[in-house]
This record gives sequence, C-alpha cells and structure tokens, in this order.
Amino acid sequence: MISTPVISLENLTVTYDRHPAVHHVCGCFQAGSLTAIVGPNGAGKSTLMKAIVGLLAPAGGGIRYAGIDRRRDVAYLPQQAEIDRSFPITVADTVVTGCWQEIGAFGRVTSAQWRRVAEALSAVGLDGFGRRLIGTLSAGQFQRALFARLLLQKASVILLDEPFNAIDARTTADLLALVQRWHGEEKTIIAVLHDFDQVRACFPQTLLLARELIDWGPTDDVLIPANLLMMRQMAERWADDADTCSRNRD
Amino acid sequence: MTPIPAPETGIEPMTLWHALAGPFIEYPFMRRALVACLALAIGSGPIGVLLLLRRMSLVGDAMSHAVLPGAAIGFLIGGLSLWGMTIGGFVAGLAVALLAGIVSRHTSLREDASFAGFYLASLALGVLLVSTHGSNIDLLHILFGTILAVDDSALFLVGGVASVSSLILLAIYRPLILECFDPGYLRSVSGRGSLYHLIFLVLVVLNLVASFQALGTLMAVGLMMLPAASARFWARQVGSMMLTAIVIALLSGFIGLLGSYRFALPSGPAIVLTGSIFYVLSILTGRRGGVLTRLLATRHLTG
Repeated sequence: MISTPVISLENLTVTYDRHPAVHHVCGCFQAGSLTAIVGPNGAGKSTLMKAIVGLLAPAGGGIRYAGIDRRRDVAYLPQQAEIDRSFPITVADTVVTGCWQEIGAFGRVTSAQWRRVAEALSAVGLDGFGRRLIGTLSAGQFQRALFARLLLQKASVILLDEPFNAIDARTTADLLALVQRWHGEEKTIIAVLHDFDQVRACFPQTLLLARELIDWGPTDDVLIPANLLMMRQMAERWADDADTCSRNRD
Repeated sequence: MTPIPAPETGIEPMTLWHALAGPFIEYPFMRRALVACLALAIGSGPIGVLLLLRRMSLVGDAMSHAVLPGAAIGFLIGGLSLWGMTIGGFVAGLAVALLAGIVSRHTSLREDASFAGFYLASLALGVLLVSTHGSNIDLLHILFGTILAVDDSALFLVGGVASVSSLILLAIYRPLILECFDPGYLRSVSGRGSLYHLIFLVLVVLNLVASFQALGTLMAVGLMMLPAASARFWARQVGSMMLTAIVIALLSGFIGLLGSYRFALPSGPAIVLTGSIFYVLSILTGRRGGVLTRLLATRHLTG
C-alpha cells in the first residue's frame, strides 16, 4: 500500500500562556488512516486537534495540509461544552449547517439538501427528531445529531474530540459503526479517546501524547507497557520557573 | 366628484375607535411618534432577541449609556441638532463596542466585564460634558428623549436605521445564528466569524442611536430588551421569537403613547413601562415556561 501523508505535523508546538501544551511534535497522518490520540488529562490532545482545525495558532513549527483545504475538507467535532444547548433551534436546522460549504452564508437550502438531512438523521438513529429543539435531546441523542452533521459535511478528514464521553454503550456502538463506515470510504479519521480496549479493537493507528510525542504507529506497537509507563509519568503541573525552550531552533 | 360631508350630530360619541385612534388622527405629532415606534419595533425587536440569545442582554444597556459622550460632543458642536448628536453617538457607541471586543478577545477579561469598564468611563465623560456645557433641560432631553418632538428628519433616521438593519439582518441571518450557538463550528468552516460579530455590534449601536432620539439614553434599550425577553415565553424558534418581539414592541409603543396622551404622562417612560407590563404578563401567562403554564400542567403524558 502506498501511503500519502494528508496532514503533517512539523515540529509543532502550541502554547497556553507560553507554557507548551503540545511540544515539538513531528509526524504525519496518512490518507485513509484511522488514528486514535491517547494520553492523560492535560496531555494536549484537544489542543492538537484545535491546532489542526486552525482554531489555535502554532507557537513553533507548523502543520502542512497536502492536497486538502483546511476549511472545506476538515470536519471537526469538538467536546460538547462549546455548544449552547439552550439555544432555540431545531435538530434539523442544526444538522443542515453541515452543508455550509455548499450553501455558504447566504445560499438557499435546497429540497435535495433537506432530504440529505433526513437521511443523515435516519443514519444516526434519530428518525423523527428533526423538529425537536436541541435543548430537549439527551446527551447521547445530541451527539448522534452532531454525527449527522458530520455526515453532511462531506469532508475527507474527520476529527473527533472525545466523541464517546458520557455516551451509553448502544449509542457508542452505533457511532463507532459510523466511524468504521467512514474508514471504509477511505476518509482520514483522527479521534481523541480514553478507552484502551476500544482503541485496540477499532483503531489501527495510535498517537500517544503526553505534551511531547511518546510514540506514533500501529496500535499494538504503541500501546505497550513501557510507553504507558512513560505516559503516566508526565508531570501534569506546569513548571512555574521553566526556562525558555531552545530545542530545534532554526 | 364632490366629497360627501360627514353628518353633523353635534355630539362627539366616545367610541372605542375614537378612544384608540383619536389622538393619532387629530395630532400629527402623535402620528409621527407612532410611526417612530413602528420603525423602532421593526429594527430593535430582532436585535434584542439576538442579544438575549447571546446572553448579552445587559450589554445592550451598557452600550446605550456608552452613546452619551458622543451625543454630548455632537450637542456641544451643533446644539440639539439631530445629525450631530446621532453621528457622535454612533461613533462613541461603536468605539466602546470595539474597544470592549478587542480587550475581551486579546486579554483574559470577559466581554461583559470589559463592556462594563468602558461604558462607565464613557457615561461619566458624557454626563460631565453635558452638565458643564448645557442646561439641565438639555440633560433631560438626552437622558429621556423626546418622542413627541420627532420631526421629519428624525423620522427618516429612525426609519432608515430600521430598514438598513432589517436588510442586513436578513442577509447575514444564518452565520449570525450559527455564531450565537456554535461559534467554534463557524470558525472551523468559515474564517469570518468575528466579522459577523462585528457587523452585529454595529447594528446594535445603530438601533440604539435611533431609539436614543425617541426614548433617550436611559430608556433606549427598553424597546429592544423587554419585547425580546417577553417573546422568549411565547415563541419556539428564533424567527418566530423575532416576529413576536416586533409585535410586542409595537403594541408597547401604541399603548404607551395612548396612555401618555390620556393621562398626561411623559411618553418615553410610558412606552417602556407598557413594555414592562407585557414582560410581567408574559412571565405569568407565557405558553413556554410561564408561571401559570407550569402550575396548570401538572398531569404528565404517557410517552
């Protein structure tokens, strides 16, 4: 199999308040790969995702996108807290925003697109939920709705930030099946996950992160005791008296 | 064709029609005030709904105070002239909105806090300017507005703002809504999230400056927030909430003007108080989460 990198991290550093949250990470995501990002809390997993989507600017190094447009071809599912669930908008109106690249800020939603919304809702098991307000959905149902929006986005790269947190087993299984379907369609998928068994069962590639890259490769080679030990030894605390980092200066 | 003369009865029957429409038929200034209220309702109602949904209800209030020093400077240069005070107020309001926006985006201070800081400075400066250079009457004009003295040019201003603001709102409705409830998604699919936020702030200031002519700085935000907060109890979705807010604002203007005419009350506060009555009624009887609805709906459904 010939591998082509889609997204390359080139000595990437992302900081908060000058403290590195992602520190000198190198490597690339291959086209059509299904990668789990694993690491302890505070390891920079979400930060890495946000940097890839372009919501955070790198403090050092960079990200290269090969043959894709960052806004058009990268779909991103953030952690739920960032969406205002009390907003009076229906499930269908939320899902249809997945067509943003086709309808843009001003275009009309065509009846074909509304049909795709209905199909997507049906694909995630939310038949008949279209007219409900998003505030009336449970956490699991809402996550299904956001997956329906991802379905409409037609992106070739999909980023999922802790997609199965606080989601019951049946919903997780359904959504995981969707991820597998995307993998079958040769989309590139990157997901932040915590469940090692799930990662071993369903994700061929793993990126182990503890602010610095610990290992990146086939899951069975990465999730080994030595690596996991190294991961647990990451200091969660920032060093208040840390010196200026001078590694790989160019 | 000769016009048919109205029958002379000698006595004036006090019909309902007469009670409701009489003052507006009889006095041009009442008609103008009503048209101004219609324009304010159409312009401010939807803006108020968006402020409410963005949890920026009090920011509208802060902005309306921020308009004062600009209006005062306009007043010092041109006297009680419409355009001087309007342009001054618009510039001052926009400056405070932009400064507050920049500070909240680039420092750790949240938007509400940075708004509070800048509007207080602006308000103090405005009161200082007016009180050292004008009379108390002028101050009262600026603080409480003069909707009964709305002239043609003021009417054009208020109507123009309402038209422009409705058209822009229609044009950027989708990104604006998306920026309200899922700003992260908008940023990931489009690079213009903050542009829409900026346009929205401009619309807020424009509408405040328009209603400032009629209701004064202290009450300008009344026709913006009270109908929006009331509409939350009646409408299910954003669009219908905006329409409900417009209707409530219009009714507040009509009833408030009528009340101020019948009982010789100052019209600005009468309009805003009418809005408050709608607000309290909505809290009590509103279909969506109103007090009575909650008390009465004690029986649950089967599934």
